[in-house]
Amino acid sequence: MTKLNEMTIVEAARALRARECSVRELWDACAAAAHEKNPELHAYLEIFEADDAAIESAQKRIDTEGESAQLLCGIPLAIKDNILIEGKIASAASKMLENYRATYDATVIKKLKEAGALFLGRTNMDEFAMGSSTEHSAFGPTKNPHDISRVPGGSSGGSAAAVAAHLCIAALGSDTGGSVRQPAAHCGIVGLKPTYGAVSRYGLIAMGSSLDQIGPLAKSITDARIIHDAISGKDALDSTTIPNGLYGVHKISKHLRIGVPYHLLGEGVDKDVLAAFDTVLDKLTQAGHEIIEIKLPMSTTALAAYYVIMPAEVSTNLARLDGMRYGHAARGETLLDDYINSRTEGFGEETRRRILLGTFVLSSGYIDAYYYKADTARAVLRREYEKAFESCDVIAFPTTPSPAFKFGDKNDPLSMYLEDIFTVTANLTGMPAISVPMGTVEREGKQLPVGIHITAPHQAENSLFTAGSALQ
Amino acid sequence: MATTEDVKKLAALARIRVEDTELEKFTNEFDAILSYIGQLETLDLHPASCILPPVLRNVMRVDGEPHQAHAYTEKLAEQFPSREGDALSVKQIIQHD
Repeated sequence: MTKLNEMTIVEAARALRARECSVRELWDACAAAAHEKNPELHAYLEIFEADDAAIESAQKRIDTEGESAQLLCGIPLAIKDNILIEGKIASAASKMLENYRATYDATVIKKLKEAGALFLGRTNMDEFAMGSSTEHSAFGPTKNPHDISRVPGGSSGGSAAAVAAHLCIAALGSDTGGSVRQPAAHCGIVGLKPTYGAVSRYGLIAMGSSLDQIGPLAKSITDARIIHDAISGKDALDSTTIPNGLYGVHKISKHLRIGVPYHLLGEGVDKDVLAAFDTVLDKLTQAGHEIIEIKLPMSTTALAAYYVIMPAEVSTNLARLDGMRYGHAARGETLLDDYINSRTEGFGEETRRRILLGTFVLSSGYIDAYYYKADTARAVLRREYEKAFESCDVIAFPTTPSPAFKFGDKNDPLSMYLEDIFTVTANLTGMPAISVPMGTVEREGKQLPVGIHITAPHQAENSLFTAGSALQ
Repeated sequence: MATTEDVKKLAALARIRVEDTELEKFTNEFDAILSYIGQLETLDLHPASCILPPVLRNVMRVDGEPHQAHAYTEKLAEQFPSREGDALSVKQIIQHD
C-alpha cells in the first residue's frame, strides 16, 4: 500500500472511507513526514500542532456521512503564508509581518474548513509573493526535493516542495505572474491558476490586484480540480469574483484542438525541454487531440508590460504597510521617520526594488510612456488570445524555458524576471492556465522535472482538466 | 539613464530608504530593468483604438451590517504597535513650534 502521506486526495479519501486508515493516522503520517524533512527542505515556515477538534469532527463526518462526505474531509493541506487562517501568523515571508496574526479566515480557508480539510502548516514563499525561487523569503529559501542544490521555483515554492516531497496531500498557492505554475513545473506536480475572478481573494495578502489568483498545487489533475471546485465561486467579500457562465458556456469536446505558438519556442528554450514538449504533443495527438500552429505576436512584449503593471500595483498595495496599525513598527524622531524606518527595516531588497519601480512607472511624466502603454499592450494581448481561441480550444507551450536553476544562479533581478516569460500571459489576459508534468531532463546527473503549460479561454477550466488528463 | 539622485527621489516618494552602500547597485539594476521594459516604447499602439471598454457589471450587495459591532475590535487592537489600555497611540502629527 502507498504510504499515507504519499497518497493523492482521491486515494486518501477512498482509504478513509474504506476504514483503511483514520483521519488521525493520515494527519500523523503527513505531520511526521513534514517534521522529518522540513529541516532539510524548509518548505514550511511553521508546522501547526494537531487540531484535535477538527480531526475528530472530520472523522465523525466520514463515519456518519460515508460516501456523501466531501472528498476534502480529513485531508491535510499546506497553505501558502500569504493566505489568512484565523489565529495563525500570516507573514507573507516578510519581516514586516513576522508577528502578524490573522484576525479572520480567508474565504478559501473558510470554504476548506467547511469541507472538513485540515491545515498542516504555512509554507515558505518569496516575500509578498515576489520572486521565482523563494530566495527572496526573509526566512531563508526552500530547497527543491529533486535536487537540494536547486530552487523549487516560486513564489509558491514552499507549497510546491511540500506537495512534491509528500509533506502534505496537496496545497494552496497564489499566482500573480506564474507563482503556482512555475514552482509546480520545477517540482514535478500539477499547478492551476484559475480564471481571474473564479476564486475569492478575500484574506489573501494582495500583491498585484488585477493579476492575483489563488490556486491549488496537487499530485494529480483530479486533485487540483477537487480543490478548485471547493474554493471557487462568487463571494460578496470580493467584488472581483464572477458568477458561473459569465463568459458563456464552453462546450468541452472529447478531442481538443491544441494551439501551439511555435514562433515563441525558438531562442531561449533549452533543447531537451523542447524535446520533452514534442514528446508530450505526440502523446496528445495519439489521444485523439489535434495540434494547430498559432501566432501570438504580442507575447514577446508581455513580460515587459507585466513588469510595469505588476510593480505599479505592488507599490500601491504595499503602501498600507507603514508601521502604524500592524506589522513591523520602528520609531524615529518624526512621524515620517516612523514610516521610513518601518518600511526600510520591514521590506527585503526585492520588495523595495519593486516598490521603487512601481513608484517610477506611476509618476507624473512617465505614466503615459510606461503604465498606459503597458495597459494597452495587455488589451492587445488579450485580443490576440481571444482571436487564437477561435481556431483552437487550448494553447500549449512549456511552463518554463529551463528546469530548476541552482541557488544564486540568477542573482541579477532581470534574469530572475525572465523565468516568468511564458506564465505571465495568463495573468495579463485573466485566462485560466495549468502546468502539468511533462517528464524530466538531466542536469549534472540529476533528473529534473519540467512542465507543459496549457491555457484556456475565461472560465474554461474544464478544457484544462481534459487536456491535462490525457497526459497522466 | 537612471541616476542615483533619481533613485533617492523615488525612495523618498515611496517612504523607504536606500542606504548609500546599496545606491549604486540599485541604480544599475534599475537601469537594466528600465531598458528591458523600454521595449514597450517601440510598440505603435494607440490606447483609444486598442482598449475595448470593459464589460461593465454592477456589483450589488445587501445594504446591511457586515458583522456584529465590536466583533473584531479587540483582535485588531491587539495588532497595534503601541497601546495603553484603550488608547492606541501614534506620534504627534501637528508640530507646535
